[in-house]
Amino acid sequence: MLAMVIDDSRAMRSILRRIVTELGFECVEAADGQDAIDKLNAGPVPDLALIDWNMPVLDGLSFVTHVRDNREWKDVTLMMVTTEGEHAQIVRALAAGAHEYVIKPFTADAIQEKLQLLGLVGVEA
Amino acid sequence: MTAMTTANTGVTDADLATISTYVESRSAILCPADKHYLFEARLRPVLRAYGLTDMRELAQKLRSGAHTALGEDVVDAMTTNETSWFRDIHPFDTMRQTLLPEIMANKTNRSINIWSAACSTGQELYSLAMMMDLQMPALQGWDVRLHGTDLSRDVITQAKAGRYSALEVNRGLPAQYLARYMTRDGAHYLVSEQLRRKATWERLNFIAPWPIMPRFDVVLCRNVLIYFDLDVRARIIRKIRDTLTPGGYLLLGSSETSIGDVEGFSRHVIGRTTVYRKEHR
Repeated sequence: MLAMVIDDSRAMRSILRRIVTELGFECVEAADGQDAIDKLNAGPVPDLALIDWNMPVLDGLSFVTHVRDNREWKDVTLMMVTTEGEHAQIVRALAAGAHEYVIKPFTADAIQEKLQLLGLVGVEA
Repeated sequence: MTAMTTANTGVTDADLATISTYVESRSAILCPADKHYLFEARLRPVLRAYGLTDMRELAQKLRSGAHTALGEDVVDAMTTNETSWFRDIHPFDTMRQTLLPEIMANKTNRSINIWSAACSTGQELYSLAMMMDLQMPALQGWDVRLHGTDLSRDVITQAKAGRYSALEVNRGLPAQYLARYMTRDGAHYLVSEQLRRKATWERLNFIAPWPIMPRFDVVLCRNVLIYFDLDVRARIIRKIRDTLTPGGYLLLGSSETSIGDVEGFSRHVIGRTTVYRKEHR
């Protein structure tokens, strides 16, 4: 399984890379929404994208909308990972097509549990 | 004989044994005194709150027996465990797909009582409330009552308030539930009034006399009995049995299988969930 970590913070990308790698994913990184779209076009298409909201060039919500408008990428699971914790923002992201939402700061357990909910990571007995 | 001390703290094993014995005598929960890190991590905030310099001073206060509030806070700190929303996932699927439909089919009145017997900060019960509301339209018009109990005052206070930090809502709460059933409250998130109305909360110490409670259709007692010795476990399970309606279900944690030697339950495996059904007498 391949995960794409999309965040303009290199430190945050590194943290998320470590977490998803420990959960068994291969990982690619993108520094903003446009960089992520370029990498989707170039392939391979990831199974999961972890998406920051506030990024230069193209923000996370616009990225989600763009991905959902393209049937080729319909199987990509989209999870926002962002400091945007307002209720209205969560509703907007879900309406745009995000599957899950994690509010920064987060723990590695939180990422794992969300991926379990999405069926991308197994649940221990 | 020189007392053994833990590295760098000057705290003796005897001090930790005092604290361990104190917690066990008031809650029956086993806190092995050799788990130094656990005592350090859990009790540091208590030491700060009471202006105590170290674990030795805490042990002395507990030995003196004159500090009820301090003692309660020590028990709280040592027995409170972290929890998450929809913990383990599969017990909730089993409730939705099998147990609740069966209970509904066998009911003559349209009411369901569920008890979360070690509810911690309330996530288990609110998870259930959200799932029943969103995914079980057949429950419309039913009187669903949820009851949560825990040993700790602090967790009951939080459960009652239904107020959680971002770190807490991140732990397994599906985003669609967060959007639908919670509102922002400053830096926290608040469970909707509609769900909070369905739930009641109170303190309960498994080894002290129990308050009068209604009969329950389902009791969730997950991941708590492991902290008790076998005799106490068996006693608690017998008492839980008395609170269940005939045919009602008890759910334990995935690794808790101690119920095998308690009469009056039949064991069933549904998918990945083991459930115990109170036999009709």
